Amino acid sequence: MSHALNTQTPPPAPSTLRGARLPKWAPYVIAAGSVAAGCGIGLAGGLDSRIQWGLIASILFLLVTYLLAAKVEGGRQAKDRMATSVVWVAFLLAVIPLVSLIWETVARGIKVLDGYFLTHSMGVLADTDVGGGIYHALIGTLEQVGLATLMAVPVGLLTAIYLVEYGRGKLAKAVTFFVDVMTGIPSIVAGLFILSFWILILGQGYSGFAGAMALAILMMPVVVRSTEEMLKLVPNELREASLALGVPKWRTILKVVLPTSLGGITTGVMLAVARIAGETAPVLLLVWGNPLINTNPFDGPQASLPLYIYQQYANSAGSPAAYDRAWAAALTLIILIMLLNLVARGIARWKAPKTGR
Amino acid sequence: MDISPSTTAPPPPQDAQPKPISHKAAARGATRPGDRVFLGLSRGSGILLLLIMAAIAAFLTYRASIVLSKNEGNFLTTFEWDANAIPPYFGIAVLAFGTIVSSIIAMVIAVPIAVGIALFITHYAPRKLSGPIAYVVDLLAAVPSIVYGLWGALFLVPHLTGLFSWLDQFFGWTGVFEWQGGAPRSLLTVGILLAIMILPIITNVSREVFRQAPQMHQEAALALGATRWEVIRMSVLPFGRSGIISASMLGLGRALGETMAVATVLSPSFLINASILDPGGGTFAQNIASKFSEATEQGRDALIASGLVLFVITLLVNGAARAIIARRKEYSGANA
Repeated sequence: MSHALNTQTPPPAPSTLRGARLPKWAPYVIAAGSVAAGCGIGLAGGLDSRIQWGLIASILFLLVTYLLAAKVEGGRQAKDRMATSVVWVAFLLAVIPLVSLIWETVARGIKVLDGYFLTHSMGVLADTDVGGGIYHALIGTLEQVGLATLMAVPVGLLTAIYLVEYGRGKLAKAVTFFVDVMTGIPSIVAGLFILSFWILILGQGYSGFAGAMALAILMMPVVVRSTEEMLKLVPNELREASLALGVPKWRTILKVVLPTSLGGITTGVMLAVARIAGETAPVLLLVWGNPLINTNPFDGPQASLPLYIYQQYANSAGSPAAYDRAWAAALTLIILIMLLNLVARGIARWKAPKTGR
Repeated sequence: MDISPSTTAPPPPQDAQPKPISHKAAARGATRPGDRVFLGLSRGSGILLLLIMAAIAAFLTYRASIVLSKNEGNFLTTFEWDANAIPPYFGIAVLAFGTIVSSIIAMVIAVPIAVGIALFITHYAPRKLSGPIAYVVDLLAAVPSIVYGLWGALFLVPHLTGLFSWLDQFFGWTGVFEWQGGAPRSLLTVGILLAIMILPIITNVSREVFRQAPQMHQEAALALGATRWEVIRMSVLPFGRSGIISASMLGLGRALGETMAVATVLSPSFLINASILDPGGGTFAQNIASKFSEATEQGRDALIASGLVLFVITLLVNGAARAIIARRKEYSGANA
């Protein structure tokens, strides 16, 4: 900056301190220009993919910004502008597929998603026929996820309580480490585990319950992690006060600690439910799929929403009716999961534990 | 806030944390049956979790050992998967190749973009926007993989022919980007799809790390006349480096084990191809999902054997990621 002062001695000293800058509207103009140029080049070159147009436009934008800034503002500012543009481009690049995913699912899924679709099963319909619905799959998903929640939440809660309230020493360390590791188990491996011991060794058949066990394995570490975080937020003064009154520790935990953190725990559990509701791989291995309504999760193959999507896609040999059903089921699944997420976050905001500060 | 506890509870001033006391009480003086039962229950579920992990390893190993002793091929180097035959003849060479290549592609695409988005959220986006964007990214992490798979197969694949022919035209000479003109359902497609899928998790973790970067360092750099990019390069990125690494490894763990998205998008073939645009390779998880329905019991054991390999790989990757995070925690404690 000092040499800027030396070279540009003219009277208005304060303004020379900043050096020349591109006007504020420059990035927008360059962006518009490069988008236009990208489309032009794309049209002229006969490129059929819009993605290529976008890429050309963004590369042009980066180049022009850098060169202009380097000329007017100098190298450091040019690098700064370059970085800003790259970050923006990275963001836009990532937004495109994600928006497209949501858009496609909604646009294509809305076609057959109606009351009939939600209240009828596939029955004896061939995969290529029009009609049919996801009633059986909804029942299957709800039952499997419900059973998995019933199994995973008590274990997860108690483990978290152990880690926060009692845990010292080697056992607690080992549990903490393996909970972390368990979070990363691929869902298909959990499915293979239940397959090996429940179906291959114990000789049980495919059932919703088998799938629920695999889902529970996937759910447990998530519940432990989130509950642990929430229990740690409960101020120690509350525990002290209760213990000082002579309340046994277990009643302190049940009556003081858990109610205080209930909102957060509920949020964690719902997020975990949302996570396993979309799992396909273990369900594919253990529940097998069934076009008919089977309300008993303990006996015989069931359907499930994610599995239904996969089977409509994979077994239909490209029939448009099946693809429509797959999209509609995908839309239903996304809506379910997003609802769970939104409600969970709503509860989190509403019942945010006061941290004592 | 220091005053109220010391004035209201003067008797035990030396114990800032009450836990050591209560722990002792629970461990030694657990005279009350309720306490003993409760401790037993909660410790029991902790132990149950450990048992489950041990059981996963044990059962997978047991079933795998049954079929591996019969395997006529070499488990590590055979290029075929004929596990239903008697005697079985199969190996994981192609699967290992496909899994590693597709994950590498996914990482190469996803990590820079995810770091970019994380920086965008923490340092570049207008303040009003950054909250909602972070929220949306969180929600996207919850989209089930099968939906990504459906989108990938029915939307992404048809839109990739342009990119593939372009790559073939200009980079075909390298051999890596050669394209025979089949449907674009190759390892590159899988890599791109996986990249999209692991973007949210890498973004979320690195965003958290960037947010913790010491404000003082950044302000000091700004005060010395650094541009925004220089601030990021000198104070945010060095602080966040291990965070980025562990975030990437978490993403890698997810990419390695991803099943349904790969199974819907890839057209698998049991050969290794130098070109990532032509069919060739499969992944562990995809192979299990697509071979499962026609597998005999022996075939299933073979699939379990490949699942065991996947299990071990993801354990190592995740363990390493956690170790890095844990080490960083100590550092950041010193920084704070």
